[in-house]
Amino acid sequence: MKLKHNIKTAYLGVTTHKGRSFLTLLGIVIGIASIMVIISIGKGAETLILNQINSMGADTIVVRPGKEPKGPTDIADTLFADSLKARDISFLKNKSNVPYLEKIAPVVVIPGSVSYAGETYRPQIFGWSAEFMEEMFSVYPQEGYIFGESEIKEKASVAVIGSKVKKELFGESNAVGRYIKIKNRKFRVVGVLAPRGQVAFFNPDETVVVPYTTAQNYLLGIDYFHEIMIKTKGPEFVDRTVQDIKDTLRESHNITNPDKDDFFVVTQKGLVKQVSSIMNALTVFLSSVVAVALVVGGVGVMNIMLVSVTERTREIGLRKALGATKKDILVQFLIEAILLTVVGGVIGMLFGAFLSFLIGYVLKNVMLLDWVFVFPLSAAILGFFVSAFLGLLFGIYPAKQASEKSPMEALRYE
Amino acid sequence: MDIISVQNLKKSFEGEGVKTNALCGVTLNIKKGEFVSIMGPSGSGKSTLLQILGFLDRHTKGEYFFEGKKIDEYSDEELAKIRNEKMGFIFQTFNLLQRYSVFDNVKLPLLYSSVDEKKWNDLVFGAIDAVGLSHRIQHSPSRLSGGERQRVAIARALVNNPDVVFADEPTGNLDSKNGEQVMKLISDLNKKGHTVVLVTHETYTANYAERIITLQDGKITSDIKNKNQVKDTKLFKK
Repeated sequence: MKLKHNIKTAYLGVTTHKGRSFLTLLGIVIGIASIMVIISIGKGAETLILNQINSMGADTIVVRPGKEPKGPTDIADTLFADSLKARDISFLKNKSNVPYLEKIAPVVVIPGSVSYAGETYRPQIFGWSAEFMEEMFSVYPQEGYIFGESEIKEKASVAVIGSKVKKELFGESNAVGRYIKIKNRKFRVVGVLAPRGQVAFFNPDETVVVPYTTAQNYLLGIDYFHEIMIKTKGPEFVDRTVQDIKDTLRESHNITNPDKDDFFVVTQKGLVKQVSSIMNALTVFLSSVVAVALVVGGVGVMNIMLVSVTERTREIGLRKALGATKKDILVQFLIEAILLTVVGGVIGMLFGAFLSFLIGYVLKNVMLLDWVFVFPLSAAILGFFVSAFLGLLFGIYPAKQASEKSPMEALRYE
Repeated sequence: MDIISVQNLKKSFEGEGVKTNALCGVTLNIKKGEFVSIMGPSGSGKSTLLQILGFLDRHTKGEYFFEGKKIDEYSDEELAKIRNEKMGFIFQTFNLLQRYSVFDNVKLPLLYSSVDEKKWNDLVFGAIDAVGLSHRIQHSPSRLSGGERQRVAIARALVNNPDVVFADEPTGNLDSKNGEQVMKLISDLNKKGHTVVLVTHETYTANYAERIITLQDGKITSDIKNKNQVKDTKLFKK
């Protein structure tokens, strides 16, 4: 029998019990839609994170205290590590130690909120060098100025605030020259940043920056840093500088065995690699969960096909009496199973693409992320072939059962 | 020339340790163009014989020659091809596919044939016209009367222009008026040159044949020329 007649026969077979067919292919729809969403959201997230990493600059190096984290719990540990201190900054600034270092700025993270005249807001608060931030991330003051080395040296109580922080605390009125409170200490606002949007893991619009020396002494009472940011003289010096930093800090910390390092170095290149491998691992893990769902869906298809074969025993007998061979019957039922799963796959693809678009829309317009919707073409192609393969895999047994029926016994079936 | 020739044909079934002999050495020859009725009470083996003659089942012992060729060594695929090209079947329960139209039901044998697809429509229209159902061509079988359904089945049996038509109790589910119509159609097929092998337990139906074979307990008890053959088979006047 020709393929087009087989497809027509299969179509009639599937559409005879529309409700049943729909419920059967629901498992496949959900599975394929999940693949689409996972891959689309995964790609979108990867693009978002990579864009943020890239906006950090290819010539930037971040040194963090503690051991290099291998998992989420290790990241928490780095917050309590106290191995990076002022002495390290002097060592790193020394040209003979790190010749290609252009700028260096330590960072401390200040938990808590800021308040002004009864208004409270919870931005990200950093003890940092506002000058360094300006240069690194191209954020400029809209009003006032950016504090520099002298304020850091003097441990001045000054702050630069992001545009959203200004709006939340001051509304439309002027902020420069006014005093905000952080942990009950007054800080004079010297500058308001122009709106910038998300860059490299933080949003300057929702950030407050105070001199790191002030933060260490008056807000946190610590003598260490949460990280040190370093700008090299160019991207081509990053690898060399990383090695110089490691050598310098090992000497400064009296470390001879690199396995016992109490710091670790992060570069843009390294982060990109790390993020890609995390995203890949995550995609593989989630895909294997989806694969289980698809197998369950496939078993559902097999079950319904077996019911269909039993229900249509007389039809099989009749077709054989009229000249259908075993192969004709096998192909007919196989195409029916494939049609079921492929239709499920196509619906799943459309549903998955729609869902991915919707999630992307919410992330972009409601959560204001710099999200780019990626139509997962590779997932769509994969989904199509996976669903066809599922039909083949789970259809072969019922189809074989159908084709093996003796025409006489099939015709006698009640 | 004999189109069908069986020698000492035996068929036994085994189930739950009990062996049942359905055919116990049947020998018969059917000539091309002959109209044969096989009669007998329930359990006499007449349907089993028809199924073996129609390649729907295989015999246990004996020999079966179709058009002079021994069929024992044919594969299932080869038998399916012969069934498609040279045989037509009419069943008591019509066996029409409810989700197909009259047209598509009649077309079914062509799907498995090597007939050029361009000729299919003409063949199907011709067969439906021959049973007088042209006005019902797009109807579903569920909208037809019993007699009409059996006429669709007859159209399906003749669409591939078979050499032999096997009819198993074709009037069993019909009232006498519709039964008569169907038998006249079958007789008409025979007049056009098709060999007809009919299984029935009704004498009236069997009388349309020129030869009546009677089976009892799996054996032929009589094989006679029918002197009372119904001659008037005019049905659709054109």
